[in-house]
Amino acid sequence: MFSILRSIWLTFLHTFHKRFTVQYPEKKPQLPARYRGRIVLTRDPDGQERCVACNLCAAACPTDCISLQAAEDESGRRYPEFFRINFSRCIFCGYCEDACPTYAIQLTPDFELAEYDRQNLVYEKEHLLIDGPGKYHDYSFYKVAGYAIGGKGKGEAEHEDPPIDIHDLKP
Amino acid sequence: MVTINIDGKNYQVEPKNNLLQTVLSLGLDLPYFCWHPAMGSVGSCRQCAVKKYADENDQKGRIVMACMEPVVDGMRISLNDPEVKKFRENIIELLMTNHPHDCPVCDEGGECHLQDMTLMSGHNYRRFEFNKRTHNNQYLGPFINHEMNRCIACYRCVRFYREYAGGRDFNVFASRNRVFFGRYEDGVLESEFSGNLVEICPTGVFTDKTYKKHYTRKWDLTTAPSICHNCSLGCNIIAGERYGAIRRIASRYNGKVNGYFICDRGRFGYEYVNSDQRIKEPLRRGQASGQLEPVDVSTAFEFVKNIVSKKGKILGIGSPKASVESNFALQKFVGKENFFAGVSGPEHRLTLKAMDIMQNGPSNVPSLKETEKADVVLVLGEDVTNTAPMLALSLRQASRVKPMELPIKMNIPTWHELAAMELIQDERGPFFVLTPSETKLDDVATATYRNAPDNIARMGFAIAHEIDHNAPAVEDLTEEEKKLAKQIADELVAAKKPLIVSGTSLLNEKILEAAANIGRAIDKKEKIANLFFVLPEANSFGLAMLEDKALDQALQAAENNKYDAVVILENDLYRRLPASEADRLLNSAGKVVALHYLQNQTTEKADLVIPVGPFTESDGTLINNEGRAQRFFQVFYPQETIKESWRWLAGFMEDNGLVGEDELVNLDDLINAVVSDYPAISAIKEAAPGSQFRINGQKIPRASHRFSGRTSINAMCRSANQNHRKMQILPCPLPWKATMDRCRRPPCRVSGTLAGIRYRLLISFKLKLAADCMAVIPAYVCLNRAWKMNLIILKKCRPCSKHKKTTGWPFRSICFTAATNSAVLRPALKN
Repeated sequence: MFSILRSIWLTFLHTFHKRFTVQYPEKKPQLPARYRGRIVLTRDPDGQERCVACNLCAAACPTDCISLQAAEDESGRRYPEFFRINFSRCIFCGYCEDACPTYAIQLTPDFELAEYDRQNLVYEKEHLLIDGPGKYHDYSFYKVAGYAIGGKGKGEAEHEDPPIDIHDLKP
Repeated sequence: MVTINIDGKNYQVEPKNNLLQTVLSLGLDLPYFCWHPAMGSVGSCRQCAVKKYADENDQKGRIVMACMEPVVDGMRISLNDPEVKKFRENIIELLMTNHPHDCPVCDEGGECHLQDMTLMSGHNYRRFEFNKRTHNNQYLGPFINHEMNRCIACYRCVRFYREYAGGRDFNVFASRNRVFFGRYEDGVLESEFSGNLVEICPTGVFTDKTYKKHYTRKWDLTTAPSICHNCSLGCNIIAGERYGAIRRIASRYNGKVNGYFICDRGRFGYEYVNSDQRIKEPLRRGQASGQLEPVDVSTAFEFVKNIVSKKGKILGIGSPKASVESNFALQKFVGKENFFAGVSGPEHRLTLKAMDIMQNGPSNVPSLKETEKADVVLVLGEDVTNTAPMLALSLRQASRVKPMELPIKMNIPTWHELAAMELIQDERGPFFVLTPSETKLDDVATATYRNAPDNIARMGFAIAHEIDHNAPAVEDLTEEEKKLAKQIADELVAAKKPLIVSGTSLLNEKILEAAANIGRAIDKKEKIANLFFVLPEANSFGLAMLEDKALDQALQAAENNKYDAVVILENDLYRRLPASEADRLLNSAGKVVALHYLQNQTTEKADLVIPVGPFTESDGTLINNEGRAQRFFQVFYPQETIKESWRWLAGFMEDNGLVGEDELVNLDDLINAVVSDYPAISAIKEAAPGSQFRINGQKIPRASHRFSGRTSINAMCRSANQNHRKMQILPCPLPWKATMDRCRRPPCRVSGTLAGIRYRLLISFKLKLAADCMAVIPAYVCLNRAWKMNLIILKKCRPCSKHKKTTGWPFRSICFTAATNSAVLRPALKN
């Protein structure tokens, strides 16, 4: 008898406690910036595509849900001809972001990926690519890589000497 | 056999190789760069350091380079001594000081020797704070991409290009860390073997430009063992596919045929497979339009049934580029008397003649690799650089055999390339080139002779007469010719392994006879001559084994008999016959049915064109110029209507009741049928295991363990424009499956060398380990070539002792292929 009354009392007290239930979707939860949600492809500070189609994300992906094809433009920049992520298979483990050598692929705090049609969970490059640099504002792969692209020749990357003149006879 | 002690453990080894090769062959890991099994040691990279102890009391030891160290009895070394490990790590660190930060955009990434070695030696953090030196790149032609910043100066490229392959337009310039490997000026690389730079280079300085156009990481390629279709030598290749298109061709080690290398024609001559001109569906000439129009498969079958059901006589024309099985299927379909080899008469009779000499004539028929060991070479009327490029590379090595006797005499081991080359300099052994015009081998020739084909044959007879005076003499030779004939004859008689190379390219029967006569004459001197004949095409031998009638007889037959149709297998008659004769043949033979993969003049004339698969999309057997049967396998499964020629033909036969249902369903059935009809080539059955072959109860996967994108390649987004082809996984009757699915562990394990390292990395799943690059393509992913491609054909999982010794090169560390992927027919023919 006493325990019943006690339970009623405790339940009654909870009416005055702070509520844990969030009124989703009316109220959105506050997620940390490094939350692992929907995957995006970012651009470097110059607004160019960061992805160089190295295939590392696809190789690291435990569910094999990333596929892409590398291509190269006239200036020597590599980019993915197509880039596809099948979000119906993705487990948001973040390995792809971890593997990415150019900070191109990043996970965002957006987790709202529900669809009525499974097919709509397949994202192509145009769905993945965003306009900003994401979490990493300054990094531009080609500025540090010793690989020449249009507008940046040999020896113009960080920590590089100008190209050697092989006809020079100096020792 | 001697005993050496490595880290306190005794091993029994043969002392003929250097220490590095011995250690690698024992299955131990030791990093290296500049050593290559085909090119010996120069000791320039300092990577393979080991510690050598004077005796068991020596605790201190000293550091030596394993590649420059001979193996001696009682030797005591250590690979894992902390000091020597630190030394190797420091060497890598130094090599890395100038290496650019570009692995993600480097085509070598994932199959990079430098990546593997860096991971292996443990260097992972850049301490060097100064600037990197840079180089400008060169344009090296349409096949090879140059990215000089990546160079670590191992000198392999220049050693291969200049010393091994005899190129002249490539060299090393400048000094210290500024060294530059390239041409004197921008331009196309002239050597026929330049593509091997891609594989020789341990980093990404030289990469395949054709591969770059449709680049795929190595671990994403679905590969199959294949055979090059571009000349009669039958070099072993690996073809790789992704997204339904062929991506690249790489060499596949075969210790009897091509060894480690292939020529540029084989490596880069594959793009036609991806061509827009491919025939992708059956085409029938419309009655109204008179044009070829796409039709469905059943219409094609109906078309053929219409001809067969009216008891029509069908003429069959085979092809020296199609497999034995396809040619046989056509022969079975049309009947033996109506089947003709799709080769011009003179060429076919020459091929038959060469085969007759090989089977019943004198002398030994060497394998391609054995020609490298000949000490005197006579090239009789064949420009081998053009007709069989890899033979030219072998002959170049043969020209060094005799001078190499000097270092051997002076106790310099032959693997010690630096010392041996210093001693022999540019010395070449006796080498004679008798051709109508200049050849690229002239620079190694002792003497050359330029004259018309008939005169070359006369010289051949004169040489035979000089060796054996019972052989017929030749009149009217000039003094110079007599002198040359005498010189060649003397050298051949004095030789330990004389080699006579000849072939069909001059269409001169007398030359073949002369070569046979020389062989016969040498045999009488109680020596064994080696006769090597170059044949016109990849399967000339196989076709000639099936059929001795050629196109000129086909033309006669077509005009004399009433044929209702002609079926042409993977062939263009306008390249085999003068246009007028080809027209006559096609016009007099009724309906024209052409099976081909590309449009050509013959398909334009055809009433029905059947889409068939080229070498990447079909299975079959080729017989090369020495009578070696080698199987090639389907790399990918094309669109539904494209099928192997033999499958189409078997379908026609079944449809028309010429064979029972399920009699010819897969390649095994067809091979059994070939063997029962032609016991002389029963060895083709031995060329590769049948479809029931399993390792540990599993089919062998053709994709790597790390194959990516399985769950997204075929997942199509609604809104996106999909213009690339889907990946297809069909049940395969062969001992492979296309994917790694349900393959929990590798069916077999490579023993030894880097394959082991790579395998362990695969399990440890380490990202971002290697030095300098923020994230380097981890080496855990690239197993295809080393682990899979060479093992897929083996019959037992363990390497036999015979092969264990000859291994070492990590990318193709095992040479099982040599033992099981080919079967020499000649002994069978001799009986």
